[in-house]
Amino acid sequence: MANIELIQVEKKFGDFHAVKPMDLTIKDGEFVVLLGPSGCGKTTTLRMIAGLETVTSGEILLNGKNITHQPARERDIAFVFQFFALYPHMTARENIAFPLQAQRVPKDIIARRVKEVTKLLEIEYLLHLRPGALSSGDQQRVALARALVRKPQAFLMDEPLGALDAEFRETMRAEIKKLHIRENATTLYVTHDQIEAMAMGDKIVVMSAAVIQQVGTPAEVYHNPANTFVAKFIGSPGMNLLPGIVQSDKIILPNGDSYLIPQQWGPVFMNGWNGKKVYIGFRPEALIIDKQGCINATVYSEDMHGSHVMLNMGINDTQEIVHGRIERGVYYAINAPICFNIREDMVRFFDAETGNALKAEVKL
Amino acid sequence: MTKVIIKNVVKRFKGVTALNDISFDINDGEFFVLLGPTGAGKTTTLRIIAGLETLDSGDITFDGGSINHLSPAERDVAFVFQQYSLYPMLNVYDNLASPLRSPMRKVPEGEIERIVKGVAEKLHIGHLLDRKSSVLSGGEMQRVAIGRAIVRCPRLFLMDEPLSNLDAKLREELRVELKYIQKTQDSTTLFVTHDQIEAMTMADRVAVLNEGKILQIGTPEDIYDRPATTFVAQLVGTPQINLIPSVVEDGGIIIKRSNLKLSIPQLKDIPYNLILGIRPEDIHIKDNGRFRGEIDLLEPLGVETILHIRVGEVVLLSIEAGLAKRAIGETVQFDIKEDRINYFDMNGFRIG
Repeated sequence: MANIELIQVEKKFGDFHAVKPMDLTIKDGEFVVLLGPSGCGKTTTLRMIAGLETVTSGEILLNGKNITHQPARERDIAFVFQFFALYPHMTARENIAFPLQAQRVPKDIIARRVKEVTKLLEIEYLLHLRPGALSSGDQQRVALARALVRKPQAFLMDEPLGALDAEFRETMRAEIKKLHIRENATTLYVTHDQIEAMAMGDKIVVMSAAVIQQVGTPAEVYHNPANTFVAKFIGSPGMNLLPGIVQSDKIILPNGDSYLIPQQWGPVFMNGWNGKKVYIGFRPEALIIDKQGCINATVYSEDMHGSHVMLNMGINDTQEIVHGRIERGVYYAINAPICFNIREDMVRFFDAETGNALKAEVKL
Repeated sequence: MTKVIIKNVVKRFKGVTALNDISFDINDGEFFVLLGPTGAGKTTTLRIIAGLETLDSGDITFDGGSINHLSPAERDVAFVFQQYSLYPMLNVYDNLASPLRSPMRKVPEGEIERIVKGVAEKLHIGHLLDRKSSVLSGGEMQRVAIGRAIVRCPRLFLMDEPLSNLDAKLREELRVELKYIQKTQDSTTLFVTHDQIEAMTMADRVAVLNEGKILQIGTPEDIYDRPATTFVAQLVGTPQINLIPSVVEDGGIIIKRSNLKLSIPQLKDIPYNLILGIRPEDIHIKDNGRFRGEIDLLEPLGVETILHIRVGEVVLLSIEAGLAKRAIGETVQFDIKEDRINYFDMNGFRIG
């Protein structure tokens, strides 16, 4: 299969910097997700790898070979789009066989490959139908089969689930991941949906404003985000970020409350942090409602999520809303005062000036 | 504000029945959500209440008085659309003020200024008042559009997927704010969406609509815990509920193509063929659990992990808090909270 390497790859459209020089390695058999909001440069990156977009500077290597200026059709990389891009006048079988026919592969081999991939995707029963007669989920399965049939060196997928209904999306998400586990094909997958990225990726590349913000496993981007952008972008809702000012071993919040810095973080705050602005970061599940809690808040609203409840609270004298994930069946009145603590093992800190995470000296 | 009663409303478009005998009440001050897929009839219902569409039969009353004969303006409802409908040439202040300057209302300018500034502060757009609406971001525009609805005190707010065009993070933020504003103003609101999370998190009560028919009306808890049909069960909750065909045999409920056997619930008229509805959070992995399966797939979401557990040919979804330290292929034991199981007949209707 394939190993893809980007070395200082950048893309400009006139004066617009779509992708700033970036390095990225996708190892053989890895499922890497490029995640970011619209306009962050993730699709442009994908299209440069596919050869659908020229590279302004830098190099793209496929198995160590420079393919930066190779035409798309010679790259042996399959592309799956958000919109199914099937030929409407052809049956599902003809659609799937098409890439092999175009390469003049012998008929018996085509028949065998089509049989293999359609069995894998469990779509044998619909091969005689045209795309118009298929559900959106089945259309996307056919599109995937057409990409798989060539046995390409790598797959590039551009929001392949974006056009599906929520219920199909969940099913297809699991199917694509299972397919990857079985076939182990090198895959680069683009999405703006952090849930998809977390659920599917071996590695997540978070992009924003044409720059990679962090590369990490789902656990790393979730628990140890590199900066406030990643902290907010990953999770639903994202990480709570409370502004405060360091005052020796405490952080003073805008409402006057003081948060005692956990012991294991003490050394980090030793040198030069006194008087500086930081954010205290913590996930909604790290918030503990506690009458003796050190942070005072006001109940804003309570959201039912079925398996749990999200309690939204306002921090006095700020516009900050803090989210806490709580058990069902506990009710709080709007505007009621409330106190909470933060689980010490799940608290993180960010430099308010740069947005970058403070590095703990112990392993978290 | 207003109590709204929708009674036996029927609407046809060229022989196609868009609304098939729709009835529901919205209580004074209630946040009522119509939830359903595209084409369910949600927007048609909203447009009929607003007077933008006529009804073929049925009745709509506001505080007991029929409004069928009233023009849209006379109904005194405020509409927020999915597409922000702002005047691009006006600044935010004038966009917010314009509903109050209508000849029907004639609010004095001093009063307008007080109201507009109050609303702008509530929606965190106070700093944008001088900006032209055409230079705003999508999220800011939708805040202004919502502001235009809430500057006056209409009898009813109608909102047609107002958050659908926003990106996920903004949607989360505005969802929370909109609910707070609604609750603190006690304004009667009918909100239409296809997004189950919006419905569940914002509504006092939800009506689930499909193909022009109401399938269930209830609080979010009712809809989630006691879905009336398999359609409703699948529509709410993420990850989706497990729907598993089974049969009553040998004094138990047997799940076909697996070795799972559950006890028969104390319900009347249990048919031979059943569909079980089991929420993923009601399947718990435990060292000494009653059942045994193999991990088929792991989906780490951060706050929790979705586990796909294979038992024979059946795959059950379960969730575990945090990032589960498990491997594909691993054998696990698990329990099912049987008192939380939903039972449906083969037509998808709830039993008991």
